[in-house]
This record gives sequence, C-alpha cells and structure tokens, in this order.
Amino acid sequence: MDQFLQHILNGTILGGTYALLGIGLTLIFGIMRVVNFSHGELYTFGAYIVYLFAMVLSANFFVSLVLAMVLGVVLGAAIEFVLLRPLRGASIDTTMLVMIGAWIALQNTEQLVWSGVAKSITHPFPAEPLILGPVSVSWVRVFVFAVAVLLIVGTHLLIHRTRLGKAMRATFQDRETAALMGVNIGAIHTATFALGSGLAAAAGALLGPVFVVYPTMGDLAALKSFAIVILGGLGNFMGATLGGFILGFVEEMGAGYISSGYRDAMGFLLIIIVLVFRPTGLFARKERVG
Amino acid sequence: MNRWLTWAWVAFLLTLPLWMEDQYFLHILITSGIFTIAAMSLNLLLGYTGQLSLGHVAFFGIGAYTSALVSLGFDLELTDTYTFVFAPRPVWVAFVAGIVVAGMSGWLIGKISFKVRGAYFVIVTISFAEVVRLVALNWVDLTEGPMALNNIPPFTLAVPGVWELAFFHKLPNYYLVLAVAIVSYVTVRRLVHSRIGRAMIALRENEPLAASAGVDVTRYLVLAAIVSAAMAGAAGGLYTHYIRIVDPDVFLFIYTVTMVIMVITGGKGTLAGPIVGGLIFGILPEVLREFASPEVQWIIYGVFMIMIVFFLPNGIVPALSAWWNDRFGATPSAGGPGTGLPDLEAATRTAGEAT
Repeated sequence: MDQFLQHILNGTILGGTYALLGIGLTLIFGIMRVVNFSHGELYTFGAYIVYLFAMVLSANFFVSLVLAMVLGVVLGAAIEFVLLRPLRGASIDTTMLVMIGAWIALQNTEQLVWSGVAKSITHPFPAEPLILGPVSVSWVRVFVFAVAVLLIVGTHLLIHRTRLGKAMRATFQDRETAALMGVNIGAIHTATFALGSGLAAAAGALLGPVFVVYPTMGDLAALKSFAIVILGGLGNFMGATLGGFILGFVEEMGAGYISSGYRDAMGFLLIIIVLVFRPTGLFARKERVG
Repeated sequence: MNRWLTWAWVAFLLTLPLWMEDQYFLHILITSGIFTIAAMSLNLLLGYTGQLSLGHVAFFGIGAYTSALVSLGFDLELTDTYTFVFAPRPVWVAFVAGIVVAGMSGWLIGKISFKVRGAYFVIVTISFAEVVRLVALNWVDLTEGPMALNNIPPFTLAVPGVWELAFFHKLPNYYLVLAVAIVSYVTVRRLVHSRIGRAMIALRENEPLAASAGVDVTRYLVLAAIVSAAMAGAAGGLYTHYIRIVDPDVFLFIYTVTMVIMVITGGKGTLAGPIVGGLIFGILPEVLREFASPEVQWIIYGVFMIMIVFFLPNGIVPALSAWWNDRFGATPSAGGPGTGLPDLEAATRTAGEAT
C-alpha cells in the first residue's frame, strides 16, 4: 500500500509537467490547426537555457528559470513569424512537414552547440527528501510541481479572464467570424504559438535540473505531449491538463507494476487504445476529426 | 518519350557496376536503393491515398527483424517447461517471411489507424512505431535488445550440390536491390493505374465524394497499407542481410523522416518522385560528409525540407515535367502526375463502366 501511495505521488508530480507540455501543444493545435513537431525542441531549448545561465554563466538558478521561459516565448514567436505566418491557410500536412523540418534543424543545432554529452544542472534545494508519513519526495520535485501548477492556473486565467484570452477563444470557435469582429488573427496566432512554446520551455527548464539535459531529450517529450493531447482531445485545454496527470499515473503504475523498460511505451499504448475506442479523446465535447 | 527514358535509366543502372569500380560508391548505391524502395512504399500511402503515415519505419524494422530471426533461428521460453525452438531457415524463406509479417502488421495497423484521419492518424502511426521499437529494445530474449542480432547470413544463390554464391560482396547485392526495386516500381505502377489505384486517388482528392460514389474507403486504405507495408518489409529484409546486423535503432523516427523527405522532395503521388528523392538523399549525405559534420548535414536536411515545402510544394518531378511541357510544348502525359487532378477522364470512364 505504501508503494502504491508513492506511485500515486510520483505520478502526480510527473503529471504536472506533462500537463504543461500538453497544454502548450493543444492550444497551438486548437487555435492554429498546426501539429507542432518542434514542441519538443522548445522543451530542450528551455533546459539548455537554464544550463547556460545557471551553470556556464553562474547566474542565479531562479533567474535562469525565468529567462528560459521568456526566451522560449521569444523563440516561439520567431518560429511562428518566419515559418508559419506565410503558410496560414495551408493544409495541415504542409505545416506539419515544415514543423518537422524545424524540429530536425533545431535539434541538430543544439547538438552542434552543446555536443551530445548529457549535462546536469545543480539546484539549490536540499538533497534530503521531504518525508510525508509513508511516502517521500525530493524538494526539487515539490518545487517543480508547485511552479507547474502555478503556470497551469496562470494560463487558465489568461485564457478565461483577459481580452487576449477572449480573442483566442473566439479564434478557436470560428476564425472567420472572429476576424470580422476585429480580432487580429495574425497577432493571435503569434501569441498562441509563443505561449505554447513558453510553456514547453518552462517544462524543460523545470525538468532539466531533475534529470539530465541532452539534445534529443525533446523527442520523447514531444511524443508524450502528443499522447496527452490525444487523451484530452486535440484543442481541449481541460482535457490536456487531465491528460497530463493521467499519463503521469499510467507511466508510474506501468513502470512500478509491469516493467520499467516499458514505461515510455505506456503513453503510446494509451493513445492507441483511446483512439480505437474513443477517437475524439476522453473528454471531447464535439467532433474534431480532420 | 517517357518509355525511352525509363529503359535508358534501367540500362544505365544495369551496366553501372561494369564501369564503376569504386566499391564505396556501390555501397552508397545499395543503401540508397534500399531506402528508395522504402520511399516508394511510403509514396503509395502518402502520395496516392493522401495519408501521412509517420510510422512507416515500423514495417521496415519488422521486415528486418523477422527476416533476421527466421534466418538465424531462435528459441522462446514460453513456460518453464516448454521452449519453442525455431530452427534457422534459408535466407530466401526468411526474406519472404519478413515481407509476409510486415504485410500482416500493415493490415493490423491499417485496420486500427484508419478509423481516424489527419493529425490523429499521424500520431497513431508514430505511436505504433514507438511501441514496436520499445518492444524490440526490451524483449531481449528474442531480439537481443540493444546488443543487436549479429552474424545474420547474407543472401545465397545456389544450384544444389553444384555451385553456390553467398552475397558477401557488393556486386550481387547491388543487382538484388535493383531487381527488388524494379519489381516494387512495377507493382506500384500497375496498382495505381488499375481500378484500385483510381479508387485510392479518388479518395485522396475527396473522400466523402468517393465514398458516396461507392468506393469502400477503409477497404482500399487497408489494401494500400498492406502492399506498402510488405514493400517496406522487403526493403528491411534487404537491409538486414546486406548490413548483417540489426538493432532497435532501425526503428528510429529519423528514418521515417528520411523516407518522408525523399517522397516529398521527389514529388509525392508520382512514380518517379521517390526514386529521384531516394537518390538525392542517398547520395547527398556522402557528398556532404566531406565538409560537414553529421549535425550540420541534418540541419541542412531540415532547412531543405522547409524550402521544398515553401518553394516546390509538389516536389522536383512535377516541377521538371511542367518545365519540360512548357518548354517543348509536349502534350501533357495522360493523368500527368502532380497536375492535381490525375486522370479524371479515366476515372469517370471506369465509373461509367461500373454502373
């Protein structure tokens, strides 16, 4: 039973960052109709920025985290502006191929700059874990989880309480009508992509110090984000949040009770099962195939 | 003109090893040939049915592993007392087994994945490839996992008791790959020019309309997936008995991406496209290797892919044939590839016959 509780706790903590990744991707898909294959690279980018500032330039750890998110937003806006803006209205396959190209180019740039050797980031948290009765968790993970939850809530508020969020939701519902009502669709697209990218960079920045940083770390992150988004239904914010936690639980349980070698397979099996039995995702409210 | 070009091309490839002595270049041609076959198989799905499968490497790898395992033999401990022993079989049998198993997995994956379309389809296919890769990595009893399957026997040609040739050298492998490539090309060509092919193109152009005209959508998609997977499996078998070692890295997503780049660059939905793309991206890395590290090469690939989508969205072959027709005013070839609406006339004709 203790072991089970520990798995639940680990799954929740993991789920927080997964949810961040999933929300970023689902917003981009929902509003822009772009399957963002470079999502994982923004995650890697965030982790390397923390490494650059905290380890190479010996800046403050928390300042580095903030910088990683800000630069993630900037990079996202740049990618949208250069690659996606000229292709607005193009088919989903076209933008998907462009994003695959961007993914390959970005990943290998990281490889070129940082070499393939994994780097670790030291963090200022105590090494002894926090013990809560039968279970324990390291302080850095508690911090990661807290920041992830803050960011999720912040994004939620941004979408539901601000003018920008209202314009985003309008674009999501009906692009043409939103444009007719004076919403600047181009600006919304840039903002959406920048926001989604910033969240991915934040996830990378948060997990970099927990694990190690290496150039291909984004691949699995991207594939897992896809899994999360599929679970929740493409374009569904709440779905992606819950999907992140579900994937966290399933992976923990799978690794704990089936085999740790198949930990990463759980997400994909989940995708296949969900799509076979409920192709529009677990929480879909309307038809989204296409 | 097209016919002459095809024959000249085949003659060129047949005689190539006679005056090209460089073994390394022959090696590059063999590997490019294998990837061209895989790209042709992907083109059947991506180009003719319009479904972007990003898990195609799964079939390549399944073909490679099946062929390797059947030729090496294996034993599986099913229960504590019973062990299933599979004796090694001849390489040709293994090769065919690889094709069959890949085709069967194409059927299974097609059956499941074609329930969804668009972005969902893409993600399901990626998931399949990843699951298969993780199985190959973790089922160590069968696949040796990351230790790889070694000493895979090469193809052999023999007249029993009289003469035998094991394909340790490049030359016989070159002709074998060429032969399989030609068979694959003819298969795709005959398929897409048949009623089945027209049905596939119809549902690429407009699925609801095709369905309402009586095209059994799922059936044709699954059929395309089976043929495509079997062909990719053949490419995997060729690869495994040529390189003679296979590890879970054959399932890496990057190989799927390579195939996609080949098809898109050459021209999806054209017969010659994957060949052009396959040769370009088979030979380009070797040319670039002289003055660029692998990372820089991949960066160039990525940028190249973006450029192609921006400036030549239909690929090289349609662009060239459009240029040729402009220049020399030839009549557009019937059902000209890349013209957007291939052979509508013929499609209507068949539809008329069918009713």
